[in-house]
Amino acid sequence: MNLPALLPAVIVAGTLALLMGGALGWAALRLRPNEDRLVLEIDALLPQTQCGQCLYPGCTPYARAIARHEADIDRCPPGGDATIKALAQLLGREPRPLDPEYGENKAPSIAFIDEQRCIGCALCLPACPVDAITGASRFMHTVIAAQCTGCELCLPPCPVDCIEIRPRRNDALPTARSQAA
Amino acid sequence: MSRHGDFAASLRLEANKQLPMGQPLQAAMAPPHVTIALDQGSGSSACPVVARGDRVYAGSTLGRSEREDCAAVHSPVAGVVVEIDTRAVPAGTGLCITVENDGSNRPDPALAPIPDYSALSPRDLLERFRNAGIAGLGGAAFPTATKLGSARQQTTAHLILNGAECEPWICCDDALMREKAADILYGARAMMHVAGANRCTVAIEDDKPEALQAIQAALKSAPEGFELATLPSLYPSGAERQLITALTGQEVPSSGLPTDLGIVCQNVGTAAAIARFLQTGEPLVRRVVTVTGSGIAQPANLEAYIGSPITSLIERCGGYRGRPRRLIEGGSMMGRALESDTVPITKATNCIFAATDADLVARDQAAACIRCGDCAQACPAGLLPQELHRAARVDDGPKLDSLGIEDCILCGCCDYVCPSRIPLTEQFRAARLAVRRHRADQLRAAEAKQRFERHESRLQAQAEAERRAFEEARRRARANPN
Repeated sequence: MNLPALLPAVIVAGTLALLMGGALGWAALRLRPNEDRLVLEIDALLPQTQCGQCLYPGCTPYARAIARHEADIDRCPPGGDATIKALAQLLGREPRPLDPEYGENKAPSIAFIDEQRCIGCALCLPACPVDAITGASRFMHTVIAAQCTGCELCLPPCPVDCIEIRPRRNDALPTARSQAA
Repeated sequence: MSRHGDFAASLRLEANKQLPMGQPLQAAMAPPHVTIALDQGSGSSACPVVARGDRVYAGSTLGRSEREDCAAVHSPVAGVVVEIDTRAVPAGTGLCITVENDGSNRPDPALAPIPDYSALSPRDLLERFRNAGIAGLGGAAFPTATKLGSARQQTTAHLILNGAECEPWICCDDALMREKAADILYGARAMMHVAGANRCTVAIEDDKPEALQAIQAALKSAPEGFELATLPSLYPSGAERQLITALTGQEVPSSGLPTDLGIVCQNVGTAAAIARFLQTGEPLVRRVVTVTGSGIAQPANLEAYIGSPITSLIERCGGYRGRPRRLIEGGSMMGRALESDTVPITKATNCIFAATDADLVARDQAAACIRCGDCAQACPAGLLPQELHRAARVDDGPKLDSLGIEDCILCGCCDYVCPSRIPLTEQFRAARLAVRRHRADQLRAAEAKQRFERHESRLQAQAEAERRAFEEARRRARANPN
């Protein structure tokens, strides 16, 4: 075998391999897909109910878990199939049905406090992830209907079970014009 | 009198208005029961201010609302509130107040005429219009006070009185203009006072010579600034944006309102209702309704109390003739099919159309879109219905939005010209609702996210403060053990 004749080819191939490997290594470190931006994009598709049914403490943490491939896209019951479809499209994955383990998709609802039975214990106030309950210790509490996401997180802390979940009434819908006005 | 040219895109349709116009306008008759829907058609409900068993007078307030898009509702008759419940209304179902008429017709003692509106400040007058439940009688039932109020905030110089009435079969405005021309102009002057306008154009289609004559006669005694404009009778010349373009040559921006051009548009019926309110103190409890179609024995224009059941109107027209195929609220282009004739009329009911097979175009099974583009030619809003149709079929919300679904006025022109008989308007109505719902959800989600983030950072700060206080206490305890 004529080793010296092979040498230039080996040198060229080796140099190329080193250069390319270096470039790829550099790109992997420096040109990493921006995870934060992906998290924001995923987060924008989630319904922001902050209900924690996906077992993450809020929609943003779940978005982060999806971005890191720690959680699948089928865990959001309030978003339902529409959210899964949108996520699948964003991430280039196959849509799949909602995993029933995490809950089922229900009609939009809000919490309602029976003010006759409320004892003003204030336990539900910190439980509400969006501060949609007003009230103070030993004063009557009430739910700000427009802010309530229907996450049901106020139900467990209530000692007298005076909170119930009711269907959300459809208010007048905003048009492009009413937004501009 | 000025004449205005053709529209960019419009249809010449069979008017079918001669039948009811043969009869004089009939005065209102109070039925034994009236059912007042708390949502009169603007899409937002008033809150009841009466309870079951309350005595009310003619003109007493039954419901009011703080919302800008909801007008107050009043009882047209004196009597007792017998029921407040959810009932069938033209738009589906909704909360209604039913009043049993005691026949006395005693007016509410609080009602008083306003003999000189110019003595009141525009703001004051606006408030009175709001309390009187004055709403747009062209079909949208949007509170007039809100519209005039937003006109007031911008410099609005021009009031357009819409008497075009372009939709086939409907002729209630025509009848009103013939009989109440002076009232209409009086109401228009009050509206100009409120909006701060100094010009008023009354726009009428040229197929209503009697109405044109009546308005022209009344204009002789009108002050400066009034003019009459004749439009060719083309559909949909009476749609607000299309009317403004036809009259002024200006186009209302897609995301804007006519007030951006210094224009406010009002229906002639609304002007007459304002005149009635100023002259007698009576809030908006009656309107003119066209009862027509081949399925009606004697088609006519009737003055009717809001809340009268549709059957009572049809009885006054001699009942049905034959068996109408369909009962429609509104005209043949934009009307809504009613499921029953027992529903009450609302402020938005301009026409009851009992259609027989002779009136209806037989609708074959819809075929596939052949992309002929006829719909784009016909669309008065300048949209591309075939592209909208494609996007609507796959529920592509963002695409629908970017194609301008919000600018669709649901006029039905694309339906009318479609050779494949695709029910486009129906599809767009649903798609528009879905787009709006999606937008509402997104707004709500953005707000919830913000509130959640604030909630989290507050809880964190609290925990941090507690931890610090605890450490401080421990350090102090170590420093002096006593």
